[in-house]
Amino acid sequence: MSAVPHDVAHGHDHHDDHHHGPTGLMRWITATNHKDIGTMYLIFSFIMFLSGGVMALTLRAELFQPGLQVVQPEFFNQLTTMHGLVMVFGAIMPAFVGFANWMLPLMVGAPDMAFARMNNWSFWLLPPAAILLIGSFFVPGGATAAGWTLYAPLSVQMGMGMDMAIFAIHIMGASSIMGAINIVVTILNMRAPGMTLMKMPLFCWTWLITAYLLIAVMPVLAGAVTMVLTDRHFGTTFFNAAGGGDPVLYQHVFWFFGHPEVYIMILPAFGIVSQIIPTFARKPLFGYASMVYATASIAILSFVVWAHHMFTTGMPAKTQIFFMYATMLIAVPTGVKVFNWIATMWRGSMTFETPMLFSVGFIFVFTLGGFTGLMLSIAPVDIQYQDTYFVVAHFHYVLVAGSLFALFAGTYYWLPKWTGYMYDEKLGKRHFWLSMIFFNVTFFPMHFLGLAGMQRRVPDYNPMFADFNELATVGAFGFGLTQLLFAYVIIKCIRGGEKATAQVWEGAEGLEWTVPSPAPHHTFEVPPVFEAKGHHH
Amino acid sequence: MTNNAALLMKKTVQAAAGLGGIFAASATWAANSKYNFQEPASRMAADIHDLHMWMIWICLIIFVVVFGFMFYSIYAHRKSKGAVAAQFHESTTVEILWTVIPVLILVGMAWPATKTVLAQKDTTNADITIKATGYQWKWGYDYIKGEGEGIAFVSTLSTPRGQLEFGEYPGENYLLEVDNPVVVPIGKKVRILTTAQDVIHAWWVPALGVKQDAIPGFIRDTWFRADREGVFRGVCAELCGKDHGYMPIEVHVVSEEKYAAWVAAQKQKSAAPAAAAAQPAPASAS
Amino acid sequence: MNAQTIEKYFVPEPSIYPIIGSISLLLLGTGASFWVNSLAAGPWITALGFAVLLYMLFGWFGAVIRESETGKYGKNVDSAFRWSMGWFIFSEVMFFAAFFGTLFYVRVISVPDLGSEVGQIFWPGFKAAWPSAGPHATEAFESMTWVGKSTLAIVAVIAAAAMLTFAHGPMEKGKKGQLQIMLGLTLLIVVLLLASLSVSWVPVINTALLLASAVTLTWAHWSIRQGNRGQFNLFLALTLLLGVVFLGCQVYEYVHAYSELNLKLTSGVYGATFYMMTGFHGLHVTIGAIMLAVMLARSLSGHFTKDRHFAFEAAAWYWHFVDYVWLLLFVVVYIL
Ligand code: HEA
Ligand code: HEA
Ligand code: CUA
Ligand SMILES: [Cu+2]
Repeated sequence: MSAVPHDVAHGHDHHDDHHHGPTGLMRWITATNHKDIGTMYLIFSFIMFLSGGVMALTLRAELFQPGLQVVQPEFFNQLTTMHGLVMVFGAIMPAFVGFANWMLPLMVGAPDMAFARMNNWSFWLLPPAAILLIGSFFVPGGATAAGWTLYAPLSVQMGMGMDMAIFAIHIMGASSIMGAINIVVTILNMRAPGMTLMKMPLFCWTWLITAYLLIAVMPVLAGAVTMVLTDRHFGTTFFNAAGGGDPVLYQHVFWFFGHPEVYIMILPAFGIVSQIIPTFARKPLFGYASMVYATASIAILSFVVWAHHMFTTGMPAKTQIFFMYATMLIAVPTGVKVFNWIATMWRGSMTFETPMLFSVGFIFVFTLGGFTGLMLSIAPVDIQYQDTYFVVAHFHYVLVAGSLFALFAGTYYWLPKWTGYMYDEKLGKRHFWLSMIFFNVTFFPMHFLGLAGMQRRVPDYNPMFADFNELATVGAFGFGLTQLLFAYVIIKCIRGGEKATAQVWEGAEGLEWTVPSPAPHHTFEVPPVFEAKGHHH
Repeated sequence: MTNNAALLMKKTVQAAAGLGGIFAASATWAANSKYNFQEPASRMAADIHDLHMWMIWICLIIFVVVFGFMFYSIYAHRKSKGAVAAQFHESTTVEILWTVIPVLILVGMAWPATKTVLAQKDTTNADITIKATGYQWKWGYDYIKGEGEGIAFVSTLSTPRGQLEFGEYPGENYLLEVDNPVVVPIGKKVRILTTAQDVIHAWWVPALGVKQDAIPGFIRDTWFRADREGVFRGVCAELCGKDHGYMPIEVHVVSEEKYAAWVAAQKQKSAAPAAAAAQPAPASAS
Repeated sequence: MNAQTIEKYFVPEPSIYPIIGSISLLLLGTGASFWVNSLAAGPWITALGFAVLLYMLFGWFGAVIRESETGKYGKNVDSAFRWSMGWFIFSEVMFFAAFFGTLFYVRVISVPDLGSEVGQIFWPGFKAAWPSAGPHATEAFESMTWVGKSTLAIVAVIAAAAMLTFAHGPMEKGKKGQLQIMLGLTLLIVVLLLASLSVSWVPVINTALLLASAVTLTWAHWSIRQGNRGQFNLFLALTLLLGVVFLGCQVYEYVHAYSELNLKLTSGVYGATFYMMTGFHGLHVTIGAIMLAVMLARSLSGHFTKDRHFAFEAAAWYWHFVDYVWLLLFVVVYIL
């Protein structure tokens, strides 16, 4: 493998060594450099994570005990809704795009993203969307309180905050589509000579497929919320029986987007974990080809399972059975992935630095969430789980311990490459253990709450649910505080520390490790020649 | 406050101690609604409960096996123990194995599930048909067929609502009690038609094994046949606005005689609306 | 991997235009939110947003055109553009898919449900039939259905579309004679379609117009590949003209529907789907026409060569996409 890191001799204390464009704020506003844009994505998503987290903590505080102590029901619903929207569209999705920006060009040996200027716009569309979304708290009537799923006709009843959310979704959708097109083209068109598709790092594969999902479903979401908008203001009756429409139609359109969306939030996580495990097992990824096929299968299946969110809407038995079977099938390719990771670890020579800890934690806890997903897919039983805290537990297991943990893992893994310094390993490990423990303290009891009969999206509940709710709230605050530790570790690492080598990790492989740490502002201006080390063929 | 903290500590410790073994032990706790489904009061609810436990057991077994391998590997194949990395990275045989075996397991799950779906969806030959209409935020009931036909009433939350201080616990049925409960006879197939006036609600009574969305402008249906007498409580299970958490459902399953008496009383009441003092519903027989 | 190994991929300089675009969308989002809630500032903020958007589009596309014309884009950038245009059109397809799905759903599921036996409990007396404004319709309206020889029309439309698609083969191979036969046949079908005119002539005319525009556009493409700029400009202008006439017809159709058929956006789910689908299609025709106009202007000022004219091709792809969406619309909205 040979790379062409020019000027390696010069110092690399700062990114802007080779940076010739505007400086100061304008550098960021006008940035066309994938690393700068990646950094902005990551910072933005972390801010959104904190905002969504504060909303979660507020609703957890209200749920600490029965009765209303902290917020009123209407505001509680706004918090729930905005927590979901902000976490999904503001935190998790942009964070993965940030990783894609930083790492894809480095991994495929490209000088930048295919459309650097459009890349800038994809990012800079997010702050306006966030302003509209969060700003909606402050308009008359407050933010939308219809749940992140924005089900009609409840969403038709909402005030002006709903319209702001709709336009925010339009803007975020545009951002996602442009970002996805950029990623697809970068991967398909800009790989270094010698890097065939089946030799790409798995992270590239997962993102390629995710980008395809994004392009396919974001426009459908735009269509769904546009119909809500016209039902609200222009007298259409898409979701109103009086005019021949149907509220359930909204759910179909939404979930046609919504289910692939959850895989949009997990496939890149699979990719990150697939990079990390081989590194720390010092052993090539087991079953590379089957990993690719499994990812593609998950993506394809994700288009035909949407109605598993709608088992209680009352559809014909045949339809239920179809969607139940299709959903269950997803366990097979996901299982293949889990088994491949474990087979990669098997007879490796493992060490457990923070990225590896988070990856192993990911497999363990994500799989638990996958199993509850499988339980939910059993239509006749889902009738009892649906809209309870059991579902809330399921999706936080896959989203927090899944997506978020993988994001943490990836951050620790590539942080030295980004900053040029090693992070504080001791604190990193502490972050892992505290996160792991508090995560489970927060969300494990929610399974019981749901089974015992506590429904979602309520500010108040019967005292029989009190103790688990207390526990969950305590866990949530612990988990939240732990994330401040994460922020501290990052800031500390940006400011200095032990110098990182280009290779950073003993077992790491790939083009990104052939450039110095920190990666210079411009890399691979002339494509490197990629020779795979004879592994996956 | 300190009292509270101490209480919380105690509960935290208790719960934490329980965490690990909880799934394994959940079967024995089935009767205790705190960790698992409420005790079934209908055949359907029992079937659902069984299927749910079947799923838990299968998942638990797979979980133990799969992570047994992983944790063994973590224990044995670590660099600090001098493990040298093998270089294998492919095996078509195992790939096929771990694709086919899960498929077979899934078939084992899908089979009983399919049967239950078909039974659940069969709303024909009902003895009594009741229409439940969701409103923001109460339920309206119309007995439209079978014994009791013509009875109609509105059912709202009867819990006194108010601000509670931290640490102040409300009554046992807080948020789960209504002024006019639904009354049905034991052992009869009751078909519930759901619909709504404004937004989507969902009519959910866990112990009876039913949950059905109530969709404005459309009629959907579900059914149950209660096999024991008692008071069964449920809630609206679809976000329907501000007071979504405050529109519970209360079903009283009573003997046929008591049901007949209740019907007669209701008929009388509607015949003489002047005497509209709410007729108390018969309490559960048990 | 051959040429690209030595070719340096063009990475643009930092640019101010994206942030201007973002400011414009913030204004548009805020303005529109205000507007639909009848706040006085709404239209003004929206207008400002559009102005900023226009400024951004001119600046941004201007920069791209300059870069392209000064030869900064190599082969690799060219193929990047091709990929991206293809995926962009795919996203547009999915946007329309949401509405086609909606139409399918209301016709096959929700309206029949409302008129079913159980539906009678809520809506006594409602009979399911299409077109429908739902059980609570207050005003009568006439639908836009084309009550002609529908089978013939479907066959004709599909045949014409197929002809056009096949015409690409001879074009690629430079077989002029074959190409002309193909295009001629398409036009013939178009004329036949016109001849089968029936009561609601607008959708038929519009179908013919768009099909004809696809023919002229392919002709234009063929001309530029032959290096015949004069003919290219002529056929491009003709395509544009057909597009504009299409839009004119659509405006006429809407006026006619509102004033004579009492068919409105608020005419239940029929009106809603009719206007949303044809409306979004019309919007896309407008966008496509603007693209073509820009291409015409560029050609007039000497851009494009017989080998390098991807911008035009992209616009042509887009136009064909809009065309195919119309054919589908024509079948499912007007005929079926
Ligand atoms: C990252 C996000 C993510 C992921 C990956 C998943 C993964 C899965 N989800 Fe989940 N889901 C959500 C996010 C996600 N989900 C969200 C956000 C909601 C709620 C939305 C809302 O209402 O607000 C939801 C809700 C939801 C529902 C609807 C519940 C309801 O409202 O009633 C269902 C029902 O089928 C479901 C199923 C599944 C299944 C089957 C998987 C599968 O992909 C899981 C597959 C994985 C495994 C099974 C584990 C590993 C496999 C093995 C070790 C192999 C061996 C196993 C066997 C053969 C059993 N999910
Ligand atoms: C996508 C990812 C994602 C993530 C990461 C999270 C993270 C968390 N979520 Fe969840 N959640 C959703 C997605 C997510 N969530 C969705 C989609 C819903 C459904 C919404 C709906 O029903 O419509 C939901 C719903 C939901 C509910 C149910 C609400 C209801 O039904 O009414 C709850 C309840 O406990 C909850 C809790 C939490 C908690 C405690 C965290 C914790 O992990 C958060 C961690 C906390 C922090 C990160 C805070 C850190 C900050 C500080 C400690 C203070 C810092 C100070 C300053 C910034 C000044 N979430
Ligand atoms: Cu009614 Cu929730
Ligand atoms: Cu799903």
